[in-house]
Amino acid sequence: MSIDQSTAAKVAKLARIKVEEDALPALADEFNTILGFIEQLNEVDVEGVEPMTSVTPQRLKRRVDEVTDGNQQDKILANAPDAREGFFAVPKVVE
Amino acid sequence: MTELNKLTLSDARDALRKGDTTSVELTEACLKAIDAADALNAFVHKTPEIALERAKAADARIQAGDAPAMCGLPIGIKDLFCTKGVDSQAASGILEGFKPEYESTVSQQLQDSGAVMLGKLNMDEFAMGSSNETSVYGNAVSPWRREGDDAPLTPGGSSGGSAAAVAADLCLAATGTDTGGSIRQPAAFTGITGIKPTYGRCSRWGVVAFASSLDQAGPMTKSVRDAAMMLEAMCGHDPKDSTSADLAVPNFEAMLTGDIKGKKIGIPREYRMDGMPAEIEKLWSEGAEMLRAAGAEIVDISLPHTKYALPAYYVIAPAEASSNLARYDGVRYGQRATVEAGDGITEMYEKTRAAGFGHEVQRRVMVGTYVLSAGFYDAYYNRARKVRTLIKKDFEDVFAQGIDAILTPATPSAAFGLGEMTDADPVQMYLNDVFTVTVNLAGLPGVSVPTGLDSKGLPLGLQLIGRPWEEGDLLNTAYALESAAGFVAKPGQWW
Repeated sequence: MSIDQSTAAKVAKLARIKVEEDALPALADEFNTILGFIEQLNEVDVEGVEPMTSVTPQRLKRRVDEVTDGNQQDKILANAPDAREGFFAVPKVVE
Repeated sequence: MTELNKLTLSDARDALRKGDTTSVELTEACLKAIDAADALNAFVHKTPEIALERAKAADARIQAGDAPAMCGLPIGIKDLFCTKGVDSQAASGILEGFKPEYESTVSQQLQDSGAVMLGKLNMDEFAMGSSNETSVYGNAVSPWRREGDDAPLTPGGSSGGSAAAVAADLCLAATGTDTGGSIRQPAAFTGITGIKPTYGRCSRWGVVAFASSLDQAGPMTKSVRDAAMMLEAMCGHDPKDSTSADLAVPNFEAMLTGDIKGKKIGIPREYRMDGMPAEIEKLWSEGAEMLRAAGAEIVDISLPHTKYALPAYYVIAPAEASSNLARYDGVRYGQRATVEAGDGITEMYEKTRAAGFGHEVQRRVMVGTYVLSAGFYDAYYNRARKVRTLIKKDFEDVFAQGIDAILTPATPSAAFGLGEMTDADPVQMYLNDVFTVTVNLAGLPGVSVPTGLDSKGLPLGLQLIGRPWEEGDLLNTAYALESAAGFVAKPGQWW
């Protein structure tokens, strides 16, 4: 599998990271180096092997479904780059 | 008494209990050492006021006879841990100015036990790196230098600031985190001890997430005894982390008898890599000999899928990182890039993440995005998870044969120079984790113990890998190795 510039651009878009046009060839090269390394995994016989979901056998604990926290709007907004009138503010989302 | 900042945790604890010193005196000695060590760039957010306030409170507790083991002991906290009201930015530009409204469980537990936070420690950005060279704060510098050479060396990574600070006696101990070797590799590079406990021992709540199925916190200390003391304070069940184990925490320090008679120590043949430096080979066989002399039985073992651990890791860790780091969107916390007129929310996200993430983080997020994307998920991500199952089974098989612990080198070389790897491709840097990453994939405890110096006078460490949840037994074997190796070298002070 070899990654070309348009694939690199698509991945950057999916990751929501702006990559300038002139940086794409170098990025594609780096992806290819890393993916070349990962390709070794194709040598392993994984027939019938379950993909790992949890490294320690455990059942997630259950808890009562009840409100345990809240009423801290000011704390939640304290680190926001732009907060107005008790909300997070963002650029226009819909036209 | 030696200078107070040079004490181990256990010696300082004993001195406090005897009334030979106070927490305020210990803390002041460390703060002075920190201020004189800016050249190491280890402490990146200093918190002297908090430190002195907690030291005074600790002294009052000690006087009142209510003093847990860590009470009054000054430590450093890796920047990955959220600390209430104190900058916590995972060495990333995107979290510049972030002051959490909450405290991570691990740092809270340390605080509750009376430990004194001196400040936040440098690291690789989002813990992604093996040399502390991806930090927004700039490189942390090792206190060690090669004999007759002033070239600055890496303290390792990602917990590079923690390693440099402990090795240079700026604090008595520090917290680290380990996703692929980020406690054990820097510990080995700087001649200190570091343990990554079993996955689930330490709560991950409030620790900035890199790869959630691999991340574990642990202590970085001047001795195995100190690691046992501090680990006990750090671990325990936490309802706020659903993967936190609901198991009793033993008194690890009480398990340090040094008696390892009859223990079976495995030497995995697959760890004898092509091109392994003779010094590492020698260190390893000497370590095995020390354990044999202490009464252990040395057994050759096989972990057949070792070779595939690193490639599996470089699928799984970036995949989880791409998901975890999606939260840095310039909306809820951290930095937002300036948007131009007409930019919508997508442009805001893209510009924010391009400006806020460093190069290595961007690369890993994008690799993770790729391996999770439609059409490649099975070929990369699912295959890697299957290989992970096989890697874990390798360990289960040798433990089922009666092996108590596994001895390996901690790193493939001694510390390299800062900047020496800049032109290498990313995979060359990833090879630093070749001996440590298997342990994260299998969720096992692993400890790095300094056991020797290379020909240039730099520290080298060995790694012991234990059975799940048996950190106490593992630390006891590490204690026997430490006692036999008698590593006492310290870096000469040049800073």
